Amino acid sequence: MSDSERRPTLARYSSGERTNHWLIALGFVLAALSGLALFHPALFWLGELFGGGPWTRVLHPFIGLFMLIVFLPLAASLWGDNRMQAADWQWLRRWKDVVNNREEHLPEVGRYNAGQKLLFFVLGACMIGLLLSGLVIWRAYFSLYFSIGVIRLASVVHAVCAFVLICAILLHIYAAIWVKGSLHAMLRGTVTPGWAWKHHRAWFRQITHAAHPRTRPD
Amino acid sequence: MALQSLDIVRRSATTTAPPGVRAAYTGTVAKLIDTTKCIGCKACQVACMEWNDLRDEIGSNVGVYENPGDLSSESWTLMRFTEYENPKGDLEWLIRKDGCMHCADPGCLKACPAPGAIVQYSNGIVDFHEENCIGCGYCIAGCPFDIPRISKRDHKAYKCTLCSDRVAVGLEPACIKACPTGALVFGTKEDMQQHAAERVEDLKSRGFEQAGLYDPPGVGGTHVMYVLHHADRPELYAGLAADPHISSLVGLWKGVSKPIALAAMAFTVLAGFFHFVRVGRNEIDERDEAAARQALEAAPQRNASQRPGAQPPEKRP
Ligand code: HEM
Ligand code: SF4
Repeated sequence: MSDSERRPTLARYSSGERTNHWLIALGFVLAALSGLALFHPALFWLGELFGGGPWTRVLHPFIGLFMLIVFLPLAASLWGDNRMQAADWQWLRRWKDVVNNREEHLPEVGRYNAGQKLLFFVLGACMIGLLLSGLVIWRAYFSLYFSIGVIRLASVVHAVCAFVLICAILLHIYAAIWVKGSLHAMLRGTVTPGWAWKHHRAWFRQITHAAHPRTRPD
Repeated sequence: MALQSLDIVRRSATTTAPPGVRAAYTGTVAKLIDTTKCIGCKACQVACMEWNDLRDEIGSNVGVYENPGDLSSESWTLMRFTEYENPKGDLEWLIRKDGCMHCADPGCLKACPAPGAIVQYSNGIVDFHEENCIGCGYCIAGCPFDIPRISKRDHKAYKCTLCSDRVAVGLEPACIKACPTGALVFGTKEDMQQHAAERVEDLKSRGFEQAGLYDPPGVGGTHVMYVLHHADRPELYAGLAADPHISSLVGLWKGVSKPIALAAMAFTVLAGFFHFVRVGRNEIDERDEAAARQALEAAPQRNASQRPGAQPPEKRP
């Protein structure tokens, strides 16, 4: 196969969406590193990256808010493509085929597969949880409006949501490495037809009008 | 002060043993507050201001005896007043000197994320080392007695030090020196328990059947103890906790769940790595590209670089 045939040609993400995504990623990394500094003593040294303990405490909530604010437009624009459908549950039940790269056994996937959709909702839920609990434990401005009992609960909720979010994002990062070509989609915006055909065939058909399923020539 | 003092037995956000765990032969100290002898003169509050060089903001009179209205970063001890009508219909004026209880199992220290911002000495005193404090306020959430306060000026946490600086050089806390009635006494915890036992016996002989010592076991006992006329109902004394203990939410937040969560995050990374090693990347090959090409050729029109959603959804036969 020649290089030109391999060149990514299908547009998957606009430059606006890419910018948005990487702003979220930046916000996440900074929020996670500054938060983890307070999460466990073994990671307190991460605070040095932000200018020491007090600066970490000062900056973290603002970084978190930044992340949340940049998350909103992307979440709004991808909302429609991330609704779970019947085939998605079937896809999830076949998770063994998913992790073993046996995509031919899976139902056809639209713009996003069920794993990506779940990630989308886990992120959304964690963001809401982090925002609400984060405001309650934000000592400098908001904690005075809440009872100590509520603050204790919020501390636990914040730590749990942060934990779930970090694990989810670690999986998300690995998935981007695992499924070759995904990273290019988010960095340069395009994918090859073969990539779309293999991983998101329903989406491929939708955007190319390639109507009926064809069997692979093998 | 870091570890310059070798008698630190507990240090916040520190997973290795501090030097003080080696020995505490001399026993611990305690302040005994005898509420039955207190006349509410607030000499102790003034002594605390003086020794620690603290001046709170002048507040306004809202018609209560408490002055200032609450503990603050500038007021480390506060007389709280309760007018209690006992079953006989008599008025009892219950006065309690509020402040840090110097818990043997301190919730503030457990909650603190900053290494060495809160320490516990082998003499039992729980001390905040403000140079390590980051101002997050977790100690407030951790404390079962609602004691620590964050300063609005330097955003660090403050509370009663039990005059650790004075005690370290063999002096008693400033409040003890100032008390005119002997309601405040200071010594070894053992001596204070004995002294309290005598006081309780005396009170019982004068009709206070429920008199007793407040040294709550839920926090491992405290190094500030009360003699109460109504030890069966501590909450009468301006809401003194009847059974204080570190909240189970704080236990969940700061307990084994944290190392487990850390391990789980590390495991997630490792799971990815070993998936890569065992299963490998999910790649596309020539056959996928060929199949896609065929599909594209069969398509009514080629819209290869069209944005999704830019055209009406396809109609299937
Ligand atoms: C949505 C906005 C957010 C707000 C307002 C917020 C606020 C806070 C506050 C006030 C604290 C206590 C320490 C401090 O005062 O700095 C905290 C702790 C923390 N935050 Fe956030 N945060 C937000 C988002 C995030 C995000 C996106 C993450 C990570 C992915 C995160 C992870 C953490 C962690 C791990 C801790 C330490 C929890 C613990 O002590 O157990 N936060 N956050
Ligand atoms: S009373 Fe509160 S501040 Fe004092 S030692 Fe106990 S937990 Fe810490």
